Amino acid sequence: MNDRKLIDELLASINIHKHYPEGTAHVEIHGNRVIGVCLVDGLTVDSIEMKEGIGVTLRVAKGVKIKNPVHLCFGMIPETGVQRIEMKTVIEDDASVGFIAHCTFPNARKIDHIMQADITIGNNAWYSYMERHIHGDFGGIRVIPKAKVTLLEHARFVTEFELLKGRVGEIDIDYETVCGAHSVMEMKSRISGRGDDRIKIREAAVLKGEYSKGLLASNIALKDHASAEIYNDLRAEGAYAHGHVDCNEIVLGNAVAKAVPIVQVSNPKAHVTHEAAIGSVDSKQLQTLMSRGLCEEEAVDLILQGMLSQKN
Amino acid sequence: MGKLELKNLTLKLGGKNIVENISINFREGDIHAIVGPNGAGKSTLAQIIMGLPDYRDIEGEILFDGKPITGLTIDKRAKLGITLAWQEPARFQGVSVRSFLLAAARDKTEETVDLALKMVGLAPELYKDRAVDETLSGGERKRIELASIIAMRPKLVLMDEPDSGVDIEAINNIFSVIHKLKEEGTTVILITHSAEVLKEADHAFLLCRGKLVKKGSVEEMVCIFNGTYKTCECLAQPEAEAIL
Repeated sequence: MNDRKLIDELLASINIHKHYPEGTAHVEIHGNRVIGVCLVDGLTVDSIEMKEGIGVTLRVAKGVKIKNPVHLCFGMIPETGVQRIEMKTVIEDDASVGFIAHCTFPNARKIDHIMQADITIGNNAWYSYMERHIHGDFGGIRVIPKAKVTLLEHARFVTEFELLKGRVGEIDIDYETVCGAHSVMEMKSRISGRGDDRIKIREAAVLKGEYSKGLLASNIALKDHASAEIYNDLRAEGAYAHGHVDCNEIVLGNAVAKAVPIVQVSNPKAHVTHEAAIGSVDSKQLQTLMSRGLCEEEAVDLILQGMLSQKN
Repeated sequence: MGKLELKNLTLKLGGKNIVENISINFREGDIHAIVGPNGAGKSTLAQIIMGLPDYRDIEGEILFDGKPITGLTIDKRAKLGITLAWQEPARFQGVSVRSFLLAAARDKTEETVDLALKMVGLAPELYKDRAVDETLSGGERKRIELASIIAMRPKLVLMDEPDSGVDIEAINNIFSVIHKLKEEGTTVILITHSAEVLKEADHAFLLCRGKLVKKGSVEEMVCIFNGTYKTCECLAQPEAEAIL
């Protein structure tokens, strides 16, 4: 299959059948190869093919504010294979950019998607990274994203990991963030697991600088024999640092959920709060919807959709 | 034959009769009020009629349009046209008012959603995208619950304490919706301990300690509320059952 056809197929799998809007930057990576790039002023993408994977450096130049979200499409059309990406992202001082990453493996039966990211967000820079996964129905995929994120002073970082369609397979997220003074960080994940899906999330953040703020939030819905382990680790070291951990998990059938929060404050002027709720669907919600004529499955789906679409 | 018939209904929980040998025939298209003090079994009776899982193990029989529904689940009863408005409506994190109403709407159209919201005095453009969660006041949630019932177009609606947690403007709106439902042929059963709500009904039934102790006109029942009739305590005595 040629690159144009691969791009078309990748985009079709994420319901982008036509070209991106005018002035929108985008990068397509199939397997371990960059097959499409469109850039805007101030954004550079360098890639190097390695023996087992690909190295990609994304850089937004100082003071550049990219208006439209940059679309990244990572994926594989075949049923089997390994995609290994080492990504270095640098958002220079006063720059601002939002990325939407579409990770699509529509036919996966035995695929590894491994991402190792190193992200630096400069002083007063703004960076958002929305990661949307589209998987097939077989569950034969392992997703292993690891990221180390550094926020300099007054930087802002928002990331959201979403996997709501198709089977999760196995997912092992490991994000670590260090926040400088006056920086703001939000790391959120919304995942729906079923079958024998296995979900493991470790989100850790150190609020190192004074007046830094952080939120770690997970909304997980599990059915059948799926399992989830959520480790939220938030440490406040800077004066007036303020953090919150929020973990919601709904379990149905024989699913198993575990939440392990670690909150640590080592500065008397810092403050961290924590909330966690694990349980089944609320019976009153269920009965209300059923009393409007929804069958139990329809009612549960609506409740789970709501929980997973919730903005923390 | 009534729209809904309860025949010798008894519910025992923990060895105690929560509802005891209740027989009521609810006439089609009328507004009925079930009144009584706290703990009388009013809400329990509503939940039995709706078929909530904790209240399904009953003695006696429930007939809807002449057919037994005692063994049916909540959704099966709802599909026949029975629904319940809770005293404290549930909150749905992340579920929009639009999705909530569309789920209930028989025809699944935006027009029905808009119309239902307007009928309860809420502007669709301000409410459809809001979540049915704690960001809404108690009164707003109550109205949205009612809007979902309007959208469903039920044949019989049970309304548990429709006036609780709402202001005077909202309660007047709720009363007008109750009468609108009646005009459209819906049978309404109000569960209440409020004389104001009772006055909206055509017929009233008094429960005390799980027993039906009086059925009659609204005027008579209002007298009880005004303290000019026998107290519920008296009526609940075994010998008082003769008045039924």
